[in-house]
Amino acid sequence: MAREIAQAIVDGILVGGVYALMAVGLTLIFGVLDIINIAQGVLVILGAYLSYSLLEKAHIDPFLGLLVTVPAMFVIGVVIHWAFISRLRGSERTSMTLLVTYAVGLIVEGILFKVYGANTVQINTWYTNSTVHILDFYVGWIYIWGFILAVALVAALYALLYRTRFGRSVRATMQDETAARLVGIDVNRVAALTFGIGVAVTAAGGMVFGSTIAFNANSGYDLISRLLSIIILGGMGSIGGALGASVFMLTLEAVVTVWQPTWAVAVYYAALVIVLLYRPAGLFGRKAVRAQ
Amino acid sequence: MKPQTLAKGGGIVVLLILAVLFPQVFNNPGVSVYGVFAMVFATAAVAWHIFSGYTGYISLGQAVFYGSGAYAMGIAARDWHMSPHAAFELFPLAAAVGAIIAVPFGLVALRVRRHTFIVVTIAVFFIFQLMAFNLWFTGGSSGLGFPFLNGTQAQVNETFYYIGLGCTVGSVIIAWLIGRSRFGLQLRAIRDDEDRARGLGVKTTRVKLTAFVISGALSGLIGAVAFYYVGQVEPQTGFNPLFDLTLVLMVFLGGFGSISGAVLGALIIEPLSQWINTQPSLTGYSEIMLGGIFLLVVLFMPRGIIPTGSEYLTKLRTRGRAAVSPATTVGPASSTPSSPSVSSGGAR
Repeated sequence: MAREIAQAIVDGILVGGVYALMAVGLTLIFGVLDIINIAQGVLVILGAYLSYSLLEKAHIDPFLGLLVTVPAMFVIGVVIHWAFISRLRGSERTSMTLLVTYAVGLIVEGILFKVYGANTVQINTWYTNSTVHILDFYVGWIYIWGFILAVALVAALYALLYRTRFGRSVRATMQDETAARLVGIDVNRVAALTFGIGVAVTAAGGMVFGSTIAFNANSGYDLISRLLSIIILGGMGSIGGALGASVFMLTLEAVVTVWQPTWAVAVYYAALVIVLLYRPAGLFGRKAVRAQ
Repeated sequence: MKPQTLAKGGGIVVLLILAVLFPQVFNNPGVSVYGVFAMVFATAAVAWHIFSGYTGYISLGQAVFYGSGAYAMGIAARDWHMSPHAAFELFPLAAAVGAIIAVPFGLVALRVRRHTFIVVTIAVFFIFQLMAFNLWFTGGSSGLGFPFLNGTQAQVNETFYYIGLGCTVGSVIIAWLIGRSRFGLQLRAIRDDEDRARGLGVKTTRVKLTAFVISGALSGLIGAVAFYYVGQVEPQTGFNPLFDLTLVLMVFLGGFGSISGAVLGALIIEPLSQWINTQPSLTGYSEIMLGGIFLLVVLFMPRGIIPTGSEYLTKLRTRGRAAVSPATTVGPASSTPSSPSVSSGGAR
């Protein structure tokens, strides 16, 4: 039993890294634009399908294919922002953008169903099928590569946010949009690029997700509800919180799965409800959430 | 009585007569099925309006009540071995189950506001779907069957049409009474500025929860009606994520914040989506269309048909005269102060 739990913890941490990548995109978008991108789950699936198609049709390795899919998803994100999100103004903007991104997600899901059908597929390469024996644990190669990729990308995002001029304007916009505008930051440009980056990470997240599990267009719902729980737990808009909450929740889920596979997903919602009862702003959240 | 009130009352009476006559004129079951679902969704949309329309809290968790009502009825009919006709007596039970579920759901979800509230309602929705899949008494992924009603499809359709119509009329009356009452005024005060409403002595949590419970009861009731009519409920149909988005789409299309908007939106969208689903050439496009219509509505007519239309009518009528105060009272969104600018300072 102890062995299984230890194995579950290792699995949880590795998968948690991948979820962290997707959740960071979501929480970044929320922090800068004050909107929740419900389409994030479906966009992850879109990213997975892009990698899958490149592999099946053009025999391009999924990790190499990221050079194509990440920019593609970035462009899709910028287009979604330009076409729908930047057009919404007014007092109900946050709620409306939530519904709009839900609608965008539905359209993407419908298109994916049309193109790929309802059968589940999985990205198949040598490293998705073989495991490695480290320190008494059996770990799939894809989990290791995926974790390394996630850590590298999250580190890159951190560097972008904390070490560049663009990152400083993003953080300024997160703190106070009006003040950022006053000191000469082009807030619209920051918003568009942030949305693009937040969506672009789904290409990488989706590639690893699609390599570890069979998916179809419907898988987005399950994914987005987990991601939403994670970013609320971590405190909406907090990047560090999203990282911590992803690893924590995925580990918790993996450990619960040892006893109760069918109810493991419920730990997300149970944790969410408990946290909201005692700390409505999330574990690491800014206090303002309640006041909104 | 003012002539305007008279015209409005007359219009409602004419509409009611048309609604009552509908199955007599169109007794082809292929047509009357549209009527049944239109009534189901009209009730569900008005139930959504009673909570979300008045308070401004957008709930994407109404399917929790809808599905729970259906499951409550299905389980009771199965375990108590109800005959098909006796099963009609279970509808109040479904409403009660919806109301009971709304209490803990509301107590948790109503602790947070705006988008966090929306997200929490989605999370609770997924918990219920998960329970429908995995609990021992729900029949798992194959779901539950309902008692089988004898009679031709036309007769069954007619029965359920009138039940649905009764539910719609009932919920419209409830919504209208709430809108006129002190309670409705408190709900709207919460929508406009919750902190100020509380400062003025509105017991906000209690008021919001009451509206949520009423909305939950009506949704549970209509869920039982809908799935008794369909004859079968599965986790993914009873707790369908599209259900909530469809309701919101209906209300936004008709006009957010007005009862007539909710009904009108349901009467437009539901027959349309039923029709799309029955066209073989369009299979698989229903999600794309639903999403597409939604985007068009939100981007080009964000206030919906009723407010936009009535403003247009007022403009026509007052042309050439000094404009009387325009009909802004119809569109609640217009009078809402811009809350983000208030709250961005982190008031508390």
